Amino acid sequence: MNSPPLLSVRNLVVEIPTRHGVVRPVDQVSFEIQAGEILGVVGESGAGKSMTGNAIIGLLDRPARIVSGEIFLNGDRIDHLPLAAMRKRRGKDIGMVFQDPLTSLNPLLPLGHQLTETILAHLPVSVIEAKKRAIAALEEVGIPAAAERIGAYPHEFSGGMRQRVVIALALSAEPSLVIADEPTTALDVSVQAQITSLLKRLCRERGTGVMLVTHDMGVISETADRVAVMYAGRLVELGSVRQVLTSPCHPYTSGLMGSTPLASKGQKRLHQIPGMMPRLGNLPTGCAFSPRCTYAQDKCHQDLELQLDTCDGRAACWFPIGEQEA
Amino acid sequence: MIAYVIRRVFHSMIVLLVVGLVAFAMFRYVGDPIDNMLGQERTQADIERLTEQLGLDQPFVVQYWKFLRNAVDGNFGVSYRQGRPVAEIIAERAPATLELATVSGLFAILVGIGLGVFTAIRRNGVASNLIMTLSLIGVSLPTFLIGILFIYVFSVELDLLPSFGRGDVVQVGNWSTGFLTKSGLLALILPSITLGLYQMTLIMRLVRAEMLEVLRQDYIRFARARGLRERAVNFRHALKNTLVPVITVTGLQLGSIIAFAIITETVFQWPGVGLLFINALQFVDIPVMAAYLMLISVMFVAINLIVDLLYFAIDPRLRIDGRTG
Ligand SMILES: Nc1ncnc2c1ncn2[C@@H]1O[C@H](COP(=O)(O)OP(=O)(O)O)[C@@H](O)[C@H]1O
Ligand SMILES: [Mg+2]
Repeated sequence: MNSPPLLSVRNLVVEIPTRHGVVRPVDQVSFEIQAGEILGVVGESGAGKSMTGNAIIGLLDRPARIVSGEIFLNGDRIDHLPLAAMRKRRGKDIGMVFQDPLTSLNPLLPLGHQLTETILAHLPVSVIEAKKRAIAALEEVGIPAAAERIGAYPHEFSGGMRQRVVIALALSAEPSLVIADEPTTALDVSVQAQITSLLKRLCRERGTGVMLVTHDMGVISETADRVAVMYAGRLVELGSVRQVLTSPCHPYTSGLMGSTPLASKGQKRLHQIPGMMPRLGNLPTGCAFSPRCTYAQDKCHQDLELQLDTCDGRAACWFPIGEQEA
Repeated sequence: MIAYVIRRVFHSMIVLLVVGLVAFAMFRYVGDPIDNMLGQERTQADIERLTEQLGLDQPFVVQYWKFLRNAVDGNFGVSYRQGRPVAEIIAERAPATLELATVSGLFAILVGIGLGVFTAIRRNGVASNLIMTLSLIGVSLPTFLIGILFIYVFSVELDLLPSFGRGDVVQVGNWSTGFLTKSGLLALILPSITLGLYQMTLIMRLVRAEMLEVLRQDYIRFARARGLRERAVNFRHALKNTLVPVITVTGLQLGSIIAFAIITETVFQWPGVGLLFINALQFVDIPVMAAYLMLISVMFVAINLIVDLLYFAIDPRLRIDGRTG
C-alpha cells in the first residue's frame, strides 16, 4: 500500500441542533487531498464549504458538531482529538487563511508579535530565531522592507498586503495542509490574482496541500488541480479541473458554469441558477437540487440514497449530463 | 496627537472654571460671609473693614478671579467651624480618603476584570452563572445597606474586622498612612469593598460583555486557528481589545468612587474628606464645602484626561491618524 493521502475526509456529517430540529450543514462528505495538491471547493453561499473547513481544523462553533465520519491527516485520525492535541496541530499541521484580511489580524498587536508568537507556539526555536523567521516569512510573501515593518500594526497596511501577512501567518509554522476559505473574496479585484498566485506558489514550493474555497471560477481554473462542488451540505461533483470545468457532469455544476460547457473563458463569476438553494431545515426529499433542476425526473424526487458514483465516480446524480448525451 | 491633548486640556480648564464659578457663588452668596465670620457682636466699622479686606465691595468678576487665584494657590479661606485654614484641614483628611479610594479602586479594577474575563470564558458554567446572579444583587443594593450588612456580619457576628475608623496610622512626612500597620490594613477591608463593590460589578459586567463580543471576532478565530494556547488567545489577544471601552467606564467609575466615599466614610466613620464634607454640611461650613467641590472636580477632570491618554497607549490606530474618535 502506498503512503496515505495528506488529508482524507470520509463520510463527514456535521449537525446543528436548532429550534426547528437538527440540520446537517455537512452531510456525508468524502474527499481526499494529496500532498502538494490544490483542491478547489465551490458552491453557493450556505452550501457548507466553511463548515467543512472548520470541521477539519476542529474549530466548529458550538452548537455545530461532527456527529459521524472520519478525518485523517497523514494517516492520523484527527476528528475527536483531545482539545490540547488538536490545538498543537492547528497552525503546525493545518494552516487556515480567512476571508477578510481586515478583520483577521489583531489590530492592537504588531505584525511581528503575531508572527513570532505563532512560531514560538509550534517550533522549538529561540525568540531571536523566531524573529528572524518572522522577517523571512514576511519577505517570502512579498512585504517590502520586512525587517523594518516587523513592528508595524495591521492598520498600516492595505487589504492586499494584509492578506499577504495572513498567508505568512498561516504558513509560519510550515503546515502540510492549508485551508483557504475564500481568501480573495474580500479583496480588490486588482490584487485578487496576486494573492491566489502567491498562495499557489508558496504551497507548490513546500508541497503543501490546499483546500481552496472560492466563488471564482477563474481562480479555480488557474490554481486548482481538482474541484469539489457542494450543494446544500452535500458533495455533488468531484473531479479534475479540466473535467469539471469543460464537461460538467452534475446539472448543478453545469448551471454554475453558465449552463453551457465552456466555462473558463470569459465568464469568471458563478452563473446564477434560477431559484434558491433550499434552507437546510427544509430540504426536499431525494436530490436536494431536484426542484431547480431542468433534467429532474420522478426518481430524483424519491427518497433514495445518492452516491458519488455516476460519470466514473465523479457526480452524485441519477441523470448526469455526460451520460444523457452518450 | 499633541493637538488632541491640548484640546482635551483646554476642555478640562473650561470644566474647572465652571465648577469654580459654582463653588464661588456658593461661597459668596449662600449666607453672608460677614455674618458668618463676625458673629453677633460687631460694629459697622468692623463690617466695613472686613468687607474691604475680603474684597466684597469689588465687582463680581474681580472677586471670582481672586477666588480662582486663591484656589490655585490652595487657599480656600478659613473654616467657619474650626477657624483654621481649609487647606490645612483637607490636607489632614485627604490621605484617609485617597488610601480608601485607591484600595477600593484597585479592588474594583482587578477583581472586576478578573471575574469579567472568567465569566466570559466559562460562559455557561455554574460558577459564572452564580457570579452573574450575585452581581445583580450587588448592583441593586444601596451602598450604605451593604456597609451596614458587612458590619453586622464581619464585625458584630463574626468579630473579624473593625467596624469603624482607620485603625492605627503612621505619620510619613505630611501623610498619615494606614498601610503600615496591621490594624490599619484590617480597617481598610470592609470600607474599601463596600465602596468598590458597585464599581467592581459594573466593570465585571462590562468586561464580560466586551469580551464575549471580542471572542466572536475573526482575529480570535485566526489566533485559535494558528494553534495559540487558550491563555494567549484570551489574555493577549482578547482582553487587550476589550480594554478601550472598559477604560472609559472605569475612569468615570473611579471618579465616582471618590465622590461616593461620602456615604462609605459616614457608615464606617472613616476620617476622610467625605466625612469632613458631611460635617461641613451640617454646620453650613461653606469654605469647606466649596473646597471639597473644587477638589472632587479636579480629580474627575484629571481622571478623564488620564483615560484619554491611555487610549493612545493601548490603541495604535489612534497614534497614527490622531483622530479624536
Ligand atoms: N447556528 C446555526 N444554526 C443553523 N444553521 C446554521 C448555523 N450556522 C450555520 N448554519 C448553516 O450552515 C450552512 C453552512 O454554512 P457555511 O459552511 O458557512 O456555508 P458556505 O461557507 O458554503 O457559504 C448554512 O446554510 C447556514 O445557514
Ligand atoms: Mg463560507
